[in-house]
Amino acid sequence: MSAEVQPTPSTVNPALPTEVEFKGLLRRRQARGKLWARFFSLSTIVAILALIALLANIINDSFGYVVIEYAVDPTTLAPDGDFEALTPEQLTQILVDDNKNLGVTIRDTLSVVPTDQFSTTPMRLVAPNAVLPEGTADKTLRELTPEEVFAITVTNVPQAALIARIEAEVTRSTVREAYALFESLTRRAEIEQEYLDDYGGATNTATDFYFRSWLNIDYILSGQSSNPTTTGIRTAIIGTLWIMVITVVFSFTVGVGAAIYLEEYSTGNTWFERLVETNIRNLSGVPSIIYGLLGLAIFVRLLEAITQGRTIISAALTMGLLVLPVIIINAQEALRSVPSSMREASFGLGATRWQTIWRTVLPAALPGILTGTILAMSRAIGETAPLIVIGAATTIFVDPNGPISKFTALPIQVYQWTARPQPGFRQAAAAGIIALLILLLTLNAAAIILRQRVRKGLES
Amino acid sequence: MTTNNGAFAFELRDMNVYYSDKLAVDKVNLSIQTRKITAFIGPSGCGKSTVLRSLNRMNDLIPAAKVTGSVIFQGRDLYAPNVDPVEVRRRIGMVFQKPNPFPKSIYDNIAYGPRLLGVKAKETLDDIVEKALRGSFLWDEVKGDLKKSGFALSGGQQQRMCIARTIAIEPEVILMDEPCSALDPIATQAIEELMRDLVKKYTIVIVTHNMQQAQRVSDFTAFYSIRKATETEGKEKRWGVLVEYAPTTQIFSRPESEETERYIRGEFG
Repeated sequence: MSAEVQPTPSTVNPALPTEVEFKGLLRRRQARGKLWARFFSLSTIVAILALIALLANIINDSFGYVVIEYAVDPTTLAPDGDFEALTPEQLTQILVDDNKNLGVTIRDTLSVVPTDQFSTTPMRLVAPNAVLPEGTADKTLRELTPEEVFAITVTNVPQAALIARIEAEVTRSTVREAYALFESLTRRAEIEQEYLDDYGGATNTATDFYFRSWLNIDYILSGQSSNPTTTGIRTAIIGTLWIMVITVVFSFTVGVGAAIYLEEYSTGNTWFERLVETNIRNLSGVPSIIYGLLGLAIFVRLLEAITQGRTIISAALTMGLLVLPVIIINAQEALRSVPSSMREASFGLGATRWQTIWRTVLPAALPGILTGTILAMSRAIGETAPLIVIGAATTIFVDPNGPISKFTALPIQVYQWTARPQPGFRQAAAAGIIALLILLLTLNAAAIILRQRVRKGLES
Repeated sequence: MTTNNGAFAFELRDMNVYYSDKLAVDKVNLSIQTRKITAFIGPSGCGKSTVLRSLNRMNDLIPAAKVTGSVIFQGRDLYAPNVDPVEVRRRIGMVFQKPNPFPKSIYDNIAYGPRLLGVKAKETLDDIVEKALRGSFLWDEVKGDLKKSGFALSGGQQQRMCIARTIAIEPEVILMDEPCSALDPIATQAIEELMRDLVKKYTIVIVTHNMQQAQRVSDFTAFYSIRKATETEGKEKRWGVLVEYAPTTQIFSRPESEETERYIRGEFG
């Protein structure tokens, strides 16, 4: 036995580091690993900060003090400016005194006939549910005396509709100042002082000053208007929902179908099949505006006889094409991850190819397919460029009522508001973005719940 | 010209298997007896699994695979052009190396095959499921949890469930591709006992790596081995051949071929 320390096996080979070298190297290796770990956590923090900044910016714009000025002081028309305390006669009289055409109100609230036939159709057909004074039922609007129009308005038009018209056309509020949430909270006294200095404060009854949540129930439930305080996103939400439903139905069926063909039937060996595969991957990177041009050429122009031009169906099919590659690629990935042992088990029991796909492969791949669909929906709901190119209406007052109707969508609405210089629209746009995010989260949550159910069904 | 007198389940005549023009198994001639257990043994890469998978046309799932020669089953060549592989697999069931339950309940796993055939009535399915599970000695262990996932069972139970799934459509033959290689000795023993019971009704062909297992359960044993040849550019070609086929007792006591003897003694493989 020698007193010398036996060399460890690693030091026997001169190509490998000695014990001392190893210790030093190990420290450096560990340090390098720590550096990378720090870099990765920093990346995560940057991403989270960006997200917080985005949300903070939107929320900052969506709430805050506003100063509103009326063209006509409401307190001169109603005690304390409270129109709800007035009778229908008094409200109608205000409109008449301001030379407003009552026929428009009747048309907007009571008429069931198309606009171009409204003034030439007898009143009993125009407003079949209205209580008509004696002698007016068979007359058209043009034949009615002003007194008769007044009487029909008073007895039939809802009070809220009269007040809405007075506010929109008689008192005519204008947003003079709109403060952001941050300054509303931190500079409250200064803002109140500004209001007092510039507009005379609370004693000036032709102005109003209050803390406003731009995202509110009225905002969600009303249609568009040119006034930022009364405008709303109902029409846009309905348009967006219509587009999303048709987009998902179209792209899910076609996309999953194509993925099944490519994964389960095609062998992937011919040059044609390889070309298709490659191109689907490339298509997912094509700018969305190109899809808009495609949709414009095909759905709006070429297939105008079917789609009626710039309608929901044209937009939805364009969006469907846009997200198709996302759905196909994710569905292919999901189908590929179904273990081949599962297919073998099914074939081994005498299943046909289709039975194997339908009973085993698709159920096992469904959670992954739904994940792809969620991604596709998230992309489609926020896409603006293709909608602009195919010509979504920016201003539309009628709710879309089917696939073949003119429409606007939330991102279009937001885009259009951000382009307007008057105070108040930027805030309306911010509220629209919040609404869009909530809608997106709701749709995704629904899809995620569905996915969890499918997963549970597979495991239980 | 059929020579099937009922004693043979399969007759393989000069069967070759190719994978994309590369020979995998060369000229197998083999007659497999009805209601007996035939074991395929041999070193890795000798083609025993390939031959097994040719018996129910599972190789069709690999696009590059090609079978020549003939596999006579009940007087018909399984590779004749008018034979539907779906029908073949319905008559010749298969149990795989790793238990592969569907991600479904135990009940739905067993009912999968009958449902493929169009059985819908609940009472009929209930009967089939119970009978199949009894037939694979699993009924007493799972009768209370038929709604539970097949994955909830232990490995050995899963494999017996896969056997139950196979016998639920009452095939004539059960092919088993190393059914115990993923199982512990106790689960293996249960499967072996089950095989001895199943052979009263079914013809069984089993591929195994385990020579003791072949000795314990099989009536006949086929030993496969590898042949090598060096091609022109120094590349080596390998393919499998059937070396010897005889009653199990004979293979393990006095094999005819020296190669068989060396394999059985554990000198290679």
